[in-house]
Amino acid sequence: PLSFFSLAPWVPVVGLEIHAQISSNSKLFSGSQVQFAAPPNSLVSFFDASLPGTLPVLNRRCVEAAVMTGLALNCSINKKSLFDRKHYFYADLPAGYQITQQRVPIAVNGSLSYSLCIDNKMSQMVTKTVRIKQIQLEQDSGKSLHDDTRSQTLVDLNRAGVGLMEVVMEPDMCCGEEAAAAVRELQLILQTLGSSQAVMAEGQLRVDANVSVHHPGEPYGVRTEVKNINSMRFLAKAIDYEIQRQIEELENGGTILNETRAFDSKLGCTVPMRDKEGKQDYRFMPEPNLPPLILYDTKSLPANMNHQQVINIDWILERLPDLPSVKRKKLVEQYGILPEHSFTLLNEDGLAEFFESVVKQTQMKPKKVIGWILKDLLSYLKQHSLTVKESPVSSFLLADLLNLLEKKEISSTAAKQVLAELWKGEGKTPLEIVKEQKLELLQDQKELEQICQAVIDGQENE
Amino acid sequence: AALNHGLRSQVSAALKEGRVAPTELCQRCLALIKSTKFLNAYITVAEETALKQAEESEERYKRGQPLGILDGIPVAVKDNFNTAGIETTCASNMLKGYISPYNATVVQKLLDQGAVLLGKTNLDEFAMGSGSTDGVFGPVRNPWSYSKQYKEKAVPKSHSEDEESNWVITGGSSGGSAAAVSSFTCFAALGSDTGGSTRNPAAHCGVVGLKPTYGLISRHGLIPLVNSMDVPGILTRCVDDAAVLLGSLAGHDPKDSTTIQDDFKPFELPNLTDVSKLSIGIPKEYHAPGLSSEILALWSKAADLFKNAGAKVVEVSLPHTRYSIVCYHVLCTAEVASNMARFDGLEYGHRSDMKDSTESMYAATRREGFNDVVRGRILSGNYFLLKQNYEKYFVKAQKVRRLIANDFMKVFKSGVDILLTPTTLSDAAPYTEFIQEDNRTRSAQDDILTQAANMAGLPAINVPTALSERGLPVGLQFIGRSFQEKQLLTVAKWFEKQVQFPVIQLEEVKRHDSDVFQHQKSASFS
Repeated sequence: PLSFFSLAPWVPVVGLEIHAQISSNSKLFSGSQVQFAAPPNSLVSFFDASLPGTLPVLNRRCVEAAVMTGLALNCSINKKSLFDRKHYFYADLPAGYQITQQRVPIAVNGSLSYSLCIDNKMSQMVTKTVRIKQIQLEQDSGKSLHDDTRSQTLVDLNRAGVGLMEVVMEPDMCCGEEAAAAVRELQLILQTLGSSQAVMAEGQLRVDANVSVHHPGEPYGVRTEVKNINSMRFLAKAIDYEIQRQIEELENGGTILNETRAFDSKLGCTVPMRDKEGKQDYRFMPEPNLPPLILYDTKSLPANMNHQQVINIDWILERLPDLPSVKRKKLVEQYGILPEHSFTLLNEDGLAEFFESVVKQTQMKPKKVIGWILKDLLSYLKQHSLTVKESPVSSFLLADLLNLLEKKEISSTAAKQVLAELWKGEGKTPLEIVKEQKLELLQDQKELEQICQAVIDGQENE
Repeated sequence: AALNHGLRSQVSAALKEGRVAPTELCQRCLALIKSTKFLNAYITVAEETALKQAEESEERYKRGQPLGILDGIPVAVKDNFNTAGIETTCASNMLKGYISPYNATVVQKLLDQGAVLLGKTNLDEFAMGSGSTDGVFGPVRNPWSYSKQYKEKAVPKSHSEDEESNWVITGGSSGGSAAAVSSFTCFAALGSDTGGSTRNPAAHCGVVGLKPTYGLISRHGLIPLVNSMDVPGILTRCVDDAAVLLGSLAGHDPKDSTTIQDDFKPFELPNLTDVSKLSIGIPKEYHAPGLSSEILALWSKAADLFKNAGAKVVEVSLPHTRYSIVCYHVLCTAEVASNMARFDGLEYGHRSDMKDSTESMYAATRREGFNDVVRGRILSGNYFLLKQNYEKYFVKAQKVRRLIANDFMKVFKSGVDILLTPTTLSDAAPYTEFIQEDNRTRSAQDDILTQAANMAGLPAINVPTALSERGLPVGLQFIGRSFQEKQLLTVAKWFEKQVQFPVIQLEEVKRHDSDVFQHQKSASFS
């Protein structure tokens, strides 16, 4: 963005720290269950409550999830990684420290490719890459709710100890849109892998943004951390607001403080967070109760190892499912659709499967089917806030309708009318609706001439 | 004569043969606890549950189905082990009244084998100390203070002084457990050992104190002092008994990721007769400043004992010994600062009435709940863990720790099987004298001979050797190779047999005498 007052442009720099809750039955270091919205303090083991004398025991599934994610993000998986304690006092942190991986995390040096449409038209997509600095395993904290009227704090430890993967993205992004696109792609990858359900609304994916601005050629500016971003929509908004705020501040001769700011979604701005006075010294210390985490690959796997006791990175690599980027490529190649189409297909849960299902059941070319899926069906779904799964129009019905169109038994205008009727979900077939509303295409020339004449005659009388 | 046969051949045999009933044994121990209350060895006596356990044991013996050697055997457990339903206080205001919902693994193992849990023993608050004098329930008194042997030697200083002010400390921090075993109120006790906390009081109380190899026995449920050095300790009246306890407690625990995976096979100790193949190392650095001439002489005599029996006795060097105390201070306080962070009054334990804010509640709770020793270590530890200090102190100390461990490795590699050293610098000090210096000073002085074994994770054992001029016990320490407890205990047993350490002559014990106690020719209860 150009500035008003100085001649030099501003270069915004955005990095992200993303916490993804691992999809597992039990917590990272204890056997209590992981479940959203359970009654308060009903999923708390002795260890989670930090009862004295309890010890952490590493959950294998969580390690596998992190390895999968690291591989999907082109990271090097560290065959030896370490656990550390990060100390601070807070009501939702029963032990007074969080177990994390500060010195040597499980995966490093990866990359994530994501795509943006230039000028919002979905006509031109550009691919960008963001470097993944590292992925580390760590514990989630509990939840604390402040009840100011009664001057009390309510603590729910259900979430305390749930496994998290922290994915650190280097400051390679330049704006809210890029950040949102990168996060969206990460979300899709996590959901494809199954390593995290990554639903932002349920707190399974939390994003903190590090934002700074500088003039080209000059060193990076002071950065602020923006927290409390609860949806993808707010992510872009919060980042763009912060960039703007920093630019205005600097142009007015002010300085940027290295602080943490919260995004206020109602006001649409970032505000300094109250409880971070001064810099925290977390007094990191190795976690003495957990030996180094050793992972193997096929080469390094010792001969007589109990299969249950070890994780083989190559084994996991072989079993990785097709990532979104691969899936998109396959869709484009197989069906001849445009790349931007493949993005939209994958962006909606179940839409790609729906599309493929329709294609199978119709003679209409996929290139034509896609229009019906992306324009007609999708807009109906969006209007009524429905997911693909909830669609009253099944792939069978849509295919049926498209076959009528393909056989030229109805016009495309008529088809749209039939779709609108199908949408009501009254159980009628496309053919029934066509007959009911007399939407059959007339092929007979004479009949058409008669109708046209009748219309003209009718008009003359007016 | 049946010397040092311990649990296996004496009490267990008596129980099995019906010569004594578990309930009887339990009741005698409970009565003895009552009459030795002045020792302050126990914080909690679990009379009801103990009797119930004894009854259940009795049923099993009647059916001819005892669970094993430990079935019906009264034991005591240091009050920093979690015991479900029985208060666990760590001798601190922070956990006064705290009833844990779970048993430590070692406690569970004892109970599963039918042992009768008499109660929880006294200690220095949170196991920080070398005297068992700094807990909120007051100091533990060494039973030997009241022994005939000590009283005979005591020089009456003035008319006003009586044995009340002359009593000596047990050493620490597992003083309660050591005193309990020493005074015959139980047959074995669990302690913990982080810098010598089992071996030190064992030496002062004239009992066997075993520190197993780190990773051999589960720490799950042991409220930690220094996670990377703590081990559950075993206190018994003879080496054979220690081997029995070890056999019942050792082995992998999935709940403790620092326990080794290998199978552990309990063993019976052979009666070693030929020591000619043994190589005993005498580390010269353990001739530490302040070592009493008495103990030095005893150490020398012990070395000669081995030599004369045909063993190879060599002087060795552990050059980094002199850095171990400072290194220990840094690592210990750092871990303490971390481990104590969970005591905030929120989930369990003491909570202050201060309500102004969460932070002020935390601060008040911790100030009220912890004694000076604990608070001092927390402050030091946090200092060492600060970002600007971490490399200088913590990482440096880790490196020194590695050097200390390597010293031992080198010596063992050179062909030495076992090291022989003193356990303490002198016999037990009178309480009035001991408290003239602060906890930190005392710990620094007293830990010097025991603490390096914790740094290196090695097994070590105190064997009561002789009585001092003052009529108090003096022990010597054997340090072995990692996981070579069998060899360590075999040598310790041989040594125990040679020295024939006298039985404590306590008035109270005599009064509660039973056949079981009476025929003991040695310090063992067997």
